[in-house]
Amino acid sequence: MLCNACKQNEAKVHLTKIVGDKMQKVDLCEDCSKDKGVDDPTSYSDLLMGLSAEPVPSEPEPAAEPGAKCPACGYSQADFKKAGRFGCSECYDTFGEGLVVMLKTMHKGTRHTGKVPAALHQSRVEAQKVKLLQKRLDKAITEENFEEAAQLRDEIKRLK
Amino acid sequence: MTIHEFLVPPAVACQRAGPHDQIVMSSRVRLARNLKKHPFPSWAKKPDRLRVLEAIQPAVETLPQLAPHFAAAMDDLTPLDKQILVERHLISREHAAKGAGSGLVVNQEETLCVMINEEDHLRMQALRPGLQIKACWQAIDDLDSALEPKLDFAFTPELGYLTACPTNLGTGIRVSAMLHLPGLVLAEEITRIINAANKLNFAVRGLYGEGTEALGNVFQVSNQMTLGESEPQIIERISKALNQIIEEEENARLLLMEKKSKIVFNHIGRAYGVLANAHTITSKETMNLLSLLRLGGELGLFTKLDRSLTDEMFLLTQPAHLQQQHTEKLGAEERDILRATMLRTRLRDIPRPQAPE
Ligand SMILES: [Zn+2]
Ligand SMILES: [Zn+2]
Repeated sequence: MLCNACKQNEAKVHLTKIVGDKMQKVDLCEDCSKDKGVDDPTSYSDLLMGLSAEPVPSEPEPAAEPGAKCPACGYSQADFKKAGRFGCSECYDTFGEGLVVMLKTMHKGTRHTGKVPAALHQSRVEAQKVKLLQKRLDKAITEENFEEAAQLRDEIKRLK
Repeated sequence: MTIHEFLVPPAVACQRAGPHDQIVMSSRVRLARNLKKHPFPSWAKKPDRLRVLEAIQPAVETLPQLAPHFAAAMDDLTPLDKQILVERHLISREHAAKGAGSGLVVNQEETLCVMINEEDHLRMQALRPGLQIKACWQAIDDLDSALEPKLDFAFTPELGYLTACPTNLGTGIRVSAMLHLPGLVLAEEITRIINAANKLNFAVRGLYGEGTEALGNVFQVSNQMTLGESEPQIIERISKALNQIIEEEENARLLLMEKKSKIVFNHIGRAYGVLANAHTITSKETMNLLSLLRLGGELGLFTKLDRSLTDEMFLLTQPAHLQQQHTEKLGAEERDILRATMLRTRLRDIPRPQAPE
């Protein structure tokens, strides 16, 4: 989506503006939003992203050391600031520190609660199972129940 | 085979029906996915993008869910092909602008369409006529699960599916419906509805036209938040909002017929008059007037006007579809003349609207 004011840059700030008793949607780039005084909350109401009660975030961006670059793809903080997008999936690690603050302004929560790839789901279930068997194995050994211990050891081996 | 030969003609495509299709033109669920260890498309160099395309396209093409399908690299499609795909709502404008290293796979029913190297490595969408959000989700969830063993998706348990833009992070889901809301526009209630939807964190935008324009009274409602809620929760929430908007549109139509029927008949009668008699007409005017014709059909003002005909005219009068019916390259003025000629021909056997006694 392009900025409504300069029609050149990608719009990053999405607002509902009140003119008289009419409401208008406005999408602005970072530069224009500063020019139009978006930092002055009295002239605008209702940030679209569900921020009605919160002040306008002037610079929602992850905080990493300035100049830090993603070791996987070479993306920098400045690149993110310009594009609003990351360079690769590992950038989420590199620039992860301030990420939560930014995600709070965009989303319902900051933790994923949706679909999990089946393989990962499966491996998590199996890891849990191994943990449980390991506990039983430790107990069997302290109780000198060697027959059960041998059985448990086999079962763990199979799962790993 | 070209994409034109593959896709069914508009006359057939517009026969597809679904629940609430007098208001909901179509439903869509899109998932964004990326591969591990490859830069996202907009940061990737061309060789990187080609590698990703070569990994993803064959994986997608082997899925039985998509058969029979059409696949192409974006640089193998002509600008006209791409525009046709945009007008059919199969790919985004952004994807149409892509060249080497991007690709597309679409099935013949036009219910599944996968964009490769758009903003994310994979943008896969399920589409259905009418209000069928849940069916769309089931179809795309199934497609995604079928791809999982073949492709290594970037995912962490904390942040979910990792996307180029953090606004899509987590589920990577975008649920949307295309709504025809002439009643709410005529009743001047549309701003209230848009604001109410915005308050619930849903985006509402005109599907055609620049900025705040909503040509043809067609609006798209979609979720904005993708993290911190599960897919079924997001679907539940937006379905509730959509059902409310449908009810509001139905009420607006009833109220207009009760209180302002003369104004409504006037709008529809004039729309028919212009569409059936114009000798030159812009795409913009056509969309707005066809919207009124569609409304007239639903209010029972026409004896012989099917919704599929207005929808077909809507599609056929879009610039690329109009161009496709002619071999020579058309200028804007020629298009306006040919558009008017086609509309006159198509409406010749449709008697003018009659206000009920
Ligand atoms: Zn600007
Ligand atoms: Zn990176």
